[in-house]
Amino acid sequence: MHPFSYTRASDTREALDAGRDGGRYIAGGTTLVDLMRETVERPRTLVDISALPLRDIVVTRRGGLRVGALVRMAEAATHRGVRALYPVISQALELSASAQLRNMATIGGNIMQRTRCTYFRDVSADCNKREPGSGCAALHGVNRTHAILGTSDDCVATHPSDVAVAFTALEATVHLLGPDGKRTVPFADFLLKPGSTPNREQALRRGELITGVELPALPRPLKSGYLKVRDRQSYEFALTSAAVALHIRGGVIREAKVAAGGVGTVPWKLAAVERELIGRRPSEALWTKAAERAADGARPLRHNRFKVELLKRTVERQLRVAGGGK
Amino acid sequence: MSQQPQAAVGAPLSRVDGRLKVTGQAEYAADLPHARTTSRGGTPIIDGVVHAVVVDSTVARGRITGIDTRAADALPGVLGVISHLDKPALVYRDNPGAWLDPFVGERLHVFQDDKVRFFGQPVAVVVARTLEAAQHAADLVRVSYDAEQPTTDLTGAPENDPLPTQDYARGNPEEALASAEVRVEGTYRLTRNHHNALEPHATIARWDGEKLTVWDKTQWVLGARDELAAVFGMSAENVRVISPFVGGAFGNALRTWPHTTIAALAAREIRRPVKLVLTREQLYYGVGYRPAYEYGLRLGSTRGGRVTAAVHRIRAETSSYEHFAEGVMNPGQLLYATPHVRQAFRTVPLDVNTPTFMRGPGWSSAAFAIESAMDELAHETGIDPIELRLRNEPQEDPSNGLPFSTRRLSECLRTGARAFGWHRRNPKPRSRRDGDWLIGMGMASGIYDTLRMRSEARVRLDADGTALVQASTSDMGPGTYTSMTQLAADALGLTMRTVRFELGDSTFPAAPPHGGSQTMAGVGSAVQDGCDKLRQEAVKLAVEDERSPLHGVDADDIVVRGGRLHVKGTPARGETYRQLLARNNRTHLETRGTFTPSGDDRYSMNAYSAVFAEVAVDRRLGLVRMRRMLGVYDVGRIISPKLADSQALGAMVGGIGQALLEHTVTDHRDGRIVNANLADYLVPVNADIPDLKAIYLDGEDLHADPIGVKGLGEIVKVGVAPAIANAVFHATGRRVRDLPITAEALL
Repeated sequence: MHPFSYTRASDTREALDAGRDGGRYIAGGTTLVDLMRETVERPRTLVDISALPLRDIVVTRRGGLRVGALVRMAEAATHRGVRALYPVISQALELSASAQLRNMATIGGNIMQRTRCTYFRDVSADCNKREPGSGCAALHGVNRTHAILGTSDDCVATHPSDVAVAFTALEATVHLLGPDGKRTVPFADFLLKPGSTPNREQALRRGELITGVELPALPRPLKSGYLKVRDRQSYEFALTSAAVALHIRGGVIREAKVAAGGVGTVPWKLAAVERELIGRRPSEALWTKAAERAADGARPLRHNRFKVELLKRTVERQLRVAGGGK
Repeated sequence: MSQQPQAAVGAPLSRVDGRLKVTGQAEYAADLPHARTTSRGGTPIIDGVVHAVVVDSTVARGRITGIDTRAADALPGVLGVISHLDKPALVYRDNPGAWLDPFVGERLHVFQDDKVRFFGQPVAVVVARTLEAAQHAADLVRVSYDAEQPTTDLTGAPENDPLPTQDYARGNPEEALASAEVRVEGTYRLTRNHHNALEPHATIARWDGEKLTVWDKTQWVLGARDELAAVFGMSAENVRVISPFVGGAFGNALRTWPHTTIAALAAREIRRPVKLVLTREQLYYGVGYRPAYEYGLRLGSTRGGRVTAAVHRIRAETSSYEHFAEGVMNPGQLLYATPHVRQAFRTVPLDVNTPTFMRGPGWSSAAFAIESAMDELAHETGIDPIELRLRNEPQEDPSNGLPFSTRRLSECLRTGARAFGWHRRNPKPRSRRDGDWLIGMGMASGIYDTLRMRSEARVRLDADGTALVQASTSDMGPGTYTSMTQLAADALGLTMRTVRFELGDSTFPAAPPHGGSQTMAGVGSAVQDGCDKLRQEAVKLAVEDERSPLHGVDADDIVVRGGRLHVKGTPARGETYRQLLARNNRTHLETRGTFTPSGDDRYSMNAYSAVFAEVAVDRRLGLVRMRRMLGVYDVGRIISPKLADSQALGAMVGGIGQALLEHTVTDHRDGRIVNANLADYLVPVNADIPDLKAIYLDGEDLHADPIGVKGLGEIVKVGVAPAIANAVFHATGRRVRDLPITAEALL
């Protein structure tokens, strides 16, 4: 670890001032501190925002939910409103990390977490995300866990968050506060694909602070859930995952929200799968047919070819779980 | 000699050091010097300790062309940076006592030249007043290399010349194979595994003039003492190694590794006590691992399932500087009564650090190949896997013709089959389903030799009626503290609370390495011997003492219970140790117990197991989930049943890891391990562990040692992985010959 200074912001104004001066925000610290220990992250100043009033979960006027950035993963997972309205969110959170980490980590921090790519986390390896221009060791290296979607020749790292997959599926909105005031960004635009600048991971402006994530009101009844496929049954990141929400009325799928995790450089919205589903009647055949589209555009690497098929089957399984079938 | 009543031995007692461990009072090497002096062990506080952090090579092969320490040296608190540029004097005398080290090759010499032999090799050490300063400074040391392309992939790499012992043949295997009615053939690949004990390796070294004291994580304090003496060119009397607690090791604290030398070297150069704790990542490069294997096996058999021929072609990775070889050939020679056998075992030198022993070393790797192949043969011949093994049960050790001291493998198989409900298994693969899950049952046999070595123990009974027993052994987790206390308590006729067992100090009586499942047999027998002698001395003192109520009684008629000597069957007639010693003005009685294994190898001595596994495999997603496991063991006498269960269940967890999760992954482009941490190197978590059960056949093996034990900690690991792999085959019809078995193999 390298030396750094640490300040505690007592209110939003103080935080923003420190952020404008180049301070890095820290809340639960479950990712940042690890990376600082590995010297992957070397912030000069940490601004602790834990005391900021961003810990509420509120129902919005439109009937959605807004989750404060500092709500702990464990709090969000067990919140009655979240459980009732968006089981997919609860499940994604509860399948993440460990109980200890979920008690510390925040929703804002979760969507800011950085990739588990082992080359990114090993400062002696080449990584364009960590050191722009140094190269991507994973592209032709050991890449079983890496992305098959949204990759570039400069970066093939997956985004590790589970709940971000659910946010992507549900088309959440990120609320931001910066030196120039408030703004909102659709979740799909918040996390950036690597392109030629994998070091830029979020559409954040300098000093900007996440204040919350808003989940839109969705037509009811809504069946939703999250499936996480991984080697180990707990405390591990996804090989593949699927977040699915279906609104079925009169025997017809009226709304379908589907996204995949563990496979993309960002949580991957499966628009083609959604299109296959909308307007059709649930059936085994439909789940299979729709899931066939899950890996459209996939660019597998040497060690992760299996993810193409596994992704399709993961989506198929979760469509069946959410939409019914044997 | 009278039979002492058995009260502690055989009772399911909790660990005597359990409270110390769960309350954080047990002092592991890395806890010092912050830990306080406790009554147990009496570890002194070490003043003025400074901190060392090792700088590792970031190339796997080549030469160091420069080390720039200017930025590091300039940091406040930094006391020095040591590398080969400083030419630190180390003698590296031969150490003939280091019999655990590979026979061929030479151990890594730290900071003696500019050559890089593997990724992660120590190239410098930074010493600073605080750990934080040392870590920061280590990160500022700039090392430049002239790097060469390393070879780190076992597959296809050329082999070392074999030792004579690496070829074995009996009968006429090629002919027998060619004429066999049934043949199966496969190459089984076991990936490299790391031990990943919870406790990191740590060393504190302090010089007092010519004397060196080292607090270390080690399974063998005497081995560490002798190795340090050899490396530094000292007399062993001037080195003391202390290691009262070990937080798991599984074999990787048997050898004395370079970091221990580095700590002692740094302490000498900086002239301060130095503490060095390896990081988790450094543990992947610094303290050995279970080597990767390619195990080619061809079996020939009759249609009736009698295996007539076995041809083994075994390749294992080793380092470029040492040829590590373990007992991977043994199971193929004596597990089954195969008349025609050929084995060729070759090590493959790679640009990696040297492998080492890891739980069930060699034997468990061989068992994966052999027991998988036996399952293939069972499938091929249509014979039940258990029946197949029963048909190949030898009457004597087929490798040397010796009778078995005890061999109850058949009983393990039959007992296990009953307890596991094997008869409910439909032999047809893919025949049982539960929703999306395919259910399978598999089994495997296991064998591990009963190792015994000379051991000693000191036993002292004090005037207050309490006893102290000492031996320079270790407790890496099996519960040596507890089991030895149990033995001593019964032999001395004392309660558990009035006996204290101490270990982990090289000044204590000699003990062999705490590995190879030999501690109970060797140290246990020495403890038993010393305690028996002491009790007999006390009895003699009493019966010859006119003032004793026991005066004139036949010594054989006296037993001791609860610290009181009395006539067997007449508890009223007797006296306590305290009374006896006080009256005779004795401050204490002291004896030395010894165990020397019989030198004449009249018997083949081994422990055996039958392991059963039930798995569920998601038919679409390829995920393997354990449902239940059972191990049945022929291990002789069980001294401490609760600890035995800890061993057996822990090894099943380890085997589940090996079968389904564990895999050290190397990037062969530059020799770096890409998952050198516990987030990416997966070990099982609670959610992966189903219902586990262990059964021990009641019995003892008095040919092995006077207390009748055959060793437990290794055999419980052997056979776990193949039982799981065979269950996966039964569930899916898919034979996976590479470990670990992950989703992509089953999609």
